Amino acid sequence: MIELDARRLMCPMPVIKAQNAIKTMVSGDKLRVTCSDPGVMQDIPAWSRINGHTILKAEEIDHEYIITIEVGDD
Amino acid sequence: MTTQRKAVALISGGLDSLLAAKVMLEQGVHVEGINFYTGFCVEGHTHAIRKKDKAKPKRNNALWSAEQLGIKLHIIDVIDEYKDVLINPKHGYGQNMNPCLDCKVFMVGKAKEWADENGFDFIITGEVIGQRPMSQRRETMPIISEESGADDRLLRPLCAQNLPETLPEREGWVNRDELHDFSGRTRKPQMALAEKFGFDDYAQPAGGCCFLTDKAYSVKLTDLWASRGKKEYEIDDIMLLKVGRHFRPKPNFKLIVAREEGENNFLQGYKKQFITLRTMSHKGPLTLLDGTVEEGDLELAAKIVARFSQGRDAENVDVEVAELGEVIKNVSVKPFAIEEIQEAWRV
Repeated sequence: MIELDARRLMCPMPVIKAQNAIKTMVSGDKLRVTCSDPGVMQDIPAWSRINGHTILKAEEIDHEYIITIEVGDD
Repeated sequence: MTTQRKAVALISGGLDSLLAAKVMLEQGVHVEGINFYTGFCVEGHTHAIRKKDKAKPKRNNALWSAEQLGIKLHIIDVIDEYKDVLINPKHGYGQNMNPCLDCKVFMVGKAKEWADENGFDFIITGEVIGQRPMSQRRETMPIISEESGADDRLLRPLCAQNLPETLPEREGWVNRDELHDFSGRTRKPQMALAEKFGFDDYAQPAGGCCFLTDKAYSVKLTDLWASRGKKEYEIDDIMLLKVGRHFRPKPNFKLIVAREEGENNFLQGYKKQFITLRTMSHKGPLTLLDGTVEEGDLELAAKIVARFSQGRDAENVDVEVAELGEVIKNVSVKPFAIEEIQEAWRV
């Protein structure tokens, strides 16, 4: 599991950080992104859907938004 | 077997770029979207910052467009590179601080670079001749093609029939007869095409996606540069221009006064970078002080902050001043009456 701290960043920066991290990963790898902008709960799943990645978990804990992504095939 | 050609589409999230990409998909072209983040995008930040907007369903329209089209979207951070576009626009600014023509040249150029690196054949945009007074005119179309380096690999599917043939048309990668001849400011042809494609929930087109087209924002940016004596900015600067009431009561400092709870929470994140003022005896807004202070400045600032607290009519309001998160002073001031807040102070 790769951890990515995207706190204090506003959308779309957390999406861009996740996208750039995933470029260095391979299919089946997992990325956990921790964010403070609630917009990520919509934007990261949308970005993942169109780019072929799977959201394993998206949760809010103490005003932080933690999303776990499994990298897709391409 | 013919090779499926690949086009990268500039996707802004508006209707025109959505339609341009769809026209290409209908012709069997492989399309992927690209979206550039300059730091001046309106919707994401303001929704995230202002509490009153949080109740609205929020979406990134570029991502939404890509999802409607069933294409990939690559979002590129161009914050640093964009500074030169904004600070030194070769073609100048529009009505406000919007360097629309330079911006379009820059973005098409970046898309060309991306296309070259990723083996894509050509670039498409949703531009329409006459749609925008600065960047989308008949005279600007060749400027964008040439200065971006895209040349005849730049195709505008919505108005291609009004323009010279491009490489994808000449080579038969796309059928020119099935492209369009839209022109002018009317939106009717786009709306008819949207209906034909079954798009009924697209973002309202207006060019309102960039803070640089906003007069109030442009005034704040100009003030920022004037106060620093040079045209430069960091991402935090441009974020803070989107938030709060701004007052510059003296040349050496500016106050950013939160307008509501969402902005208060947002400004909390800057407590360790700025001097902050907070009313203690009455409920009130968090305020950032950007600049340096001289004798009497903190009292002046406190009187302004107190004016926007619930103690505005009180004899005295207690204000706590902190620097980089540490309390440095407590002052008790009589809040300014509204007429004492000079109009010239408002940025």
